[in-house]
Amino acid sequence: MLFRVFAKDHLINLYDILAVNHIVGPLCKGLDRQGAPLYDFDFIYDFAELQLDYTATIHSLKRFVLPPRETLCTFDLQKDGWRKQVDFNAYKPTVYFGLHACDINALNKLDKVLTGNVYPDPYYAAKRKNMFIIGVGCTPQPFCFCKSMGTDSVLHGFDLFLTDLGDAYFAEIHSARAFAFINSLECREPRQSEHQRFVEVAQERKSRFTCQVDTTDLTKILDLEFQAEVWRDWGRKCLSCGTCANVCPTCYCYGIEENVDLGLQHAGKTRHLYSCNLIDFAQVAGGHNFRPESHDRLKYRYYHKHRGFVEAFEESLCVGCGRCGQSCLASITVPEVIASVRGEGGDHA
Amino acid sequence: MTARERTYLGVPVSKPRAAFFEFTSCEGCQLQLLNNEATLLDFLSLLTIVNFREAMTEASDEYDIAFVEGSITRDDEAKQLKAIRGRAKTLVAVGSCACFGGVNQLKNRFNDLAWVKEQVYGSHAIDTREAVPLSAIVPVDLSIYGCPIKKEEVERVVTNLVLGKSIDYPRYPVCMECKANHNVCLFDLGEPCLGPVTRAGCDSWCPSNRFGCWGCRGPAEAANVRQLRQIMHEHGFSDEQLLDRLECFGGFADYVTELKRAAKE
Repeated sequence: MLFRVFAKDHLINLYDILAVNHIVGPLCKGLDRQGAPLYDFDFIYDFAELQLDYTATIHSLKRFVLPPRETLCTFDLQKDGWRKQVDFNAYKPTVYFGLHACDINALNKLDKVLTGNVYPDPYYAAKRKNMFIIGVGCTPQPFCFCKSMGTDSVLHGFDLFLTDLGDAYFAEIHSARAFAFINSLECREPRQSEHQRFVEVAQERKSRFTCQVDTTDLTKILDLEFQAEVWRDWGRKCLSCGTCANVCPTCYCYGIEENVDLGLQHAGKTRHLYSCNLIDFAQVAGGHNFRPESHDRLKYRYYHKHRGFVEAFEESLCVGCGRCGQSCLASITVPEVIASVRGEGGDHA
Repeated sequence: MTARERTYLGVPVSKPRAAFFEFTSCEGCQLQLLNNEATLLDFLSLLTIVNFREAMTEASDEYDIAFVEGSITRDDEAKQLKAIRGRAKTLVAVGSCACFGGVNQLKNRFNDLAWVKEQVYGSHAIDTREAVPLSAIVPVDLSIYGCPIKKEEVERVVTNLVLGKSIDYPRYPVCMECKANHNVCLFDLGEPCLGPVTRAGCDSWCPSNRFGCWGCRGPAEAANVRQLRQIMHEHGFSDEQLLDRLECFGGFADYVTELKRAAKE
């Protein structure tokens, strides 16, 4: 990896260089009841909209690589058959400006599932290959537990990662493209004092994470506590609404629907992201539902994230961004659920 | 291609004879059907429409599918509905009134129906009774939810009916579609919403326009109204505010009874 330092007021120059592409970044979508800003990722059309000091976004970046609804192919129906058109729905390179480490780690995890196996997902891959990613250091929030999941820093999966040193940005360069862009700015190699400052900033950030999840032996504990009563307590609270999966940066389960147009001349196949908490997630042909109870569905969500995926990939499918808990109207949060399954923490239900 | 030659993958497709009827309602759902001009001709060419008072003059009593809008609030309506049921192979309840009683069933809340009639009609009394959904009078084969119905959903249902495909609805709540539309949760903006318990399929029509859900499509298949009540309280909304919404279209009737009992305790 190469490193460079550039003055903070040069950031707009980097933005301008990249602005020939689509730019997606964090922006303010409104204020909540307490007057606090609500951030989300969206297309940015003006550098002034970009809120690099954002806390956390409501939704993850997922919709740009794995849209909630996506047409996979369309058909022209003819008398003697059909003609199929496939479109991966990736038309232009997009710059993702200002991702936190957790969200970049989330993309790396999605890659393992969607591009790393025998049958890569071309729709995902097409969008993923067209990304230019600029990471920025985050401000730990009271609900972030990425430190527990080992995702509070990121080693790959980005082109450029910026750390705010106060008056300058410390840039980690991870691609030749990024190197070319950064060299067109007024920049220099970091001095020894800036190496020091970079490490200090990282340490200081680490010390500010307050929320934790004890992942010690978690896969075993989840097996041991498969019948635990606490699952039922959480199940009684769960709305089975799928919000957690929708805001999750790593939930990728989907269903496919086929529809014929009214004119009976065209048809289409659409992928809908689904959620394991929805009532009919485990309903199979013939009508049998393997998980009609909400506590079972909720439990299996945790089993997939914190047990099944760990067994398959040696890492959890959770990056500890805390979005699910923040969005859950019933206040079901990962740290509380896992603590209760471990027999810790008292009044959760 | 003329409508007579309509085929699907080379296989001729029959055009079922369809009739549209309305009982106590605003007829807005039927208007919805006529509203989407871009697809109207295709829609009309899938069916042979033999009875549609809002759209045509001719009328026939021979039909395969009856689309029925409105709730039943008079004895003569019940009689008419039974006759329709007798003629139709498939009876489709269209809209919240037909499915749940709709806004009309709000009058059922009053204990003294005679007083209600007096207030509404004065000396011109009309012989009405409690508003009930179609299913209280006759068996219903299919329900198309919503106030008003969503034209896209009707088109999908009708296409699948004609092609003999299975017809399925979302069983999950509106939140699922609202999140897919990247909305900010209305509770975060200080607005009550029935999205977490209401059946989806509307593509979060109201919440996407920053208007909290009133539950016109009735309950989702796993509606946790007990939890929603707690959420409403936590966000500073009263049981009355929750009940107002739950009672509005009649879909949550069973939950309302339970909630009223709980609210008394």
